[in-house]
Amino acid sequence: MAIRIFQFSSPQTFYPLAGRLIPLFWVLAALFSAAGLYTGFFVAPTDFQQGEVYRIIFIHVPAAWMSMFIYLVMAGWAAVGLVLNTRLSSMMAQALAPTGALMTFIALWTGSLWGRPTWGTWWVWDARLTSELILLFLYLGFMALQASIDDPRRADKAGAILAMVGVVNVPIIYFSVKWWNTLHQGASVSLTRAPSMASDMLTGMLLMALAFWMYAIAAALMRVQSIILERERHAGWVKDLLEPAAVKGSP
Amino acid sequence: MAAAFGAVFMRDILQAWRRRSDWLNALVFFVIVTSLFPLGVGADPKLLKAMAPGVVWVAALLAAMLSLPRVFGSDHADGTLEQLALAPQPLPLLVLAKVSAHWLLSGLPLALVAPVLGLQFGLEGTAIALLFVALLLGTPCLSLIGAVAAALTLGARGAGVLVALLVLPLYIPVLIFGAGAVEAWEAGTAPGAYLSLLAAGFLLALALTPWATAAAVRVALE
Repeated sequence: MAIRIFQFSSPQTFYPLAGRLIPLFWVLAALFSAAGLYTGFFVAPTDFQQGEVYRIIFIHVPAAWMSMFIYLVMAGWAAVGLVLNTRLSSMMAQALAPTGALMTFIALWTGSLWGRPTWGTWWVWDARLTSELILLFLYLGFMALQASIDDPRRADKAGAILAMVGVVNVPIIYFSVKWWNTLHQGASVSLTRAPSMASDMLTGMLLMALAFWMYAIAAALMRVQSIILERERHAGWVKDLLEPAAVKGSP
Repeated sequence: MAAAFGAVFMRDILQAWRRRSDWLNALVFFVIVTSLFPLGVGADPKLLKAMAPGVVWVAALLAAMLSLPRVFGSDHADGTLEQLALAPQPLPLLVLAKVSAHWLLSGLPLALVAPVLGLQFGLEGTAIALLFVALLLGTPCLSLIGAVAAALTLGARGAGVLVALLVLPLYIPVLIFGAGAVEAWEAGTAPGAYLSLLAAGFLLALALTPWATAAAVRVALE
C-alpha cells in the first residue's frame, strides 16, 4: 500500500488519477446537495422561534465547518510538503487555499444574511464571527505570500511555514477573541442555539456538510490539475498530454 | 554561543545607533497616530479614556510592524544573512539576537513613551502603570512574531504591504490581552489574568518563533 501511495505522489501519475476522481466527487457533491437541500427545505420542520429564516443554517454551518477543516488540511499538506519535500503536497496546499477562503467568505456572508432578520443587525462583534473573519485574513495572507514569491519552490516553503504558524495561532486567536467578547458585553446577542435540534435539521446539515466536503475535494483536485500543468509545463509528459497530434506528427 | 549571540546583538545595536533616525521615525509615527485619534473622534474626555488602551495598542502594533523590514532587510541585501546562516552557531540563536536588538530599539521605546500618551488620554495612576507593564510584556511578542513575517517576505514582491497582511492577524491575541489588561482595570476587575496571558504568549513565542524565523530565513536564502 505504501508503495502505491508514494507512486501517486509524483505529479505525472497523480494528474490522470485526479482526472478520474474529479467526476466521481462532482457526482457525490450533486447527490449530497440534492438530498441535503430536499431535507432542509421540505423535511426539516419550521423553527418555532425563527420561522423559515433559520433554513440558511444548511448552507451556513457546513461552510463554517469546512472553512476551519480546510485550513487544517491545507496546513497539513503544506507541512508534509515542507518535511518530505514532495512537490505535490505543496501543490495540494496551494489548491486548497482559495476553496477554504471561499468557504470562509460564504460562512460570513450567510451569517450576515441570517443575522439581519433574527438579531436585526448585519454584523456583531461576536467571538465566532470575529474569529471567522480573522480566519479569512489568514487565508488571504497565505495566498498573498504564495503569489508574491516568483520561485514556486520557495513560495511553497514560505507558505508552509506561514500555514504552520497560523495553525498554532488559530486556537490562541479563537480563545482570545472569546475572552475579549466576554469582557465587552456590548451586544446582548446570544448565538447559542436551543440545545435540542430536531433530528431532521441535523440530518440536513450533515448531508450538506458532506456535499460541501465533496465539492471542496472536486474543486481542489481541478485546481491542482491546473497547478500541475502550469508548473510542469516544461516536462515532456505535459507536452505529450497537451499536444498529442504534434508529437505524433513530428518525426 | 553566548559570544555569537552578543556579537550579533551588539552589531545590530551599533548599526542602529549610526542610523538613529530610522528607529526614531517609528517612534514618532507611534506618537502621531495616537494624536490623530482625538482629532478624529472629538475631545470628549470620557470617550478618550475608554478608547485609550485600544488606540495606544493599535498604534504600537502598526509602529512595530513598520520597523519589521529592517530586521533582516539590509543584511539580506549585502549577504550578511548568508554568512549568519553558514555560521557554526545555531541559526535560531543568531536570529533571536537580531530580534532582541529589534525589541530594544523599537519595542522598549514604545513602552517608555506610552505613559505620556496615556496621560494625554486621561488615564490615571494604576491604569498608566498597567499600560506600561502590558506593553513591556507584549512588545517582545510583536518583535518575535513579526520576525517570522519579516523573514518570510524577504525577496518577495511588495514586501512592505505583504508584511502587514501576514502579521496583523497574528498580532490580534497580543492586542486583545494587552488592551484588555487596562480595560479590565478601568471596568473594576482584576487585570492579572491578562498580564499572565501576555507573559504566557511571550514565553510561547520565545520558544517557538526563533525556529520558524530561522526556517524562513533559510528558505529566503535558497
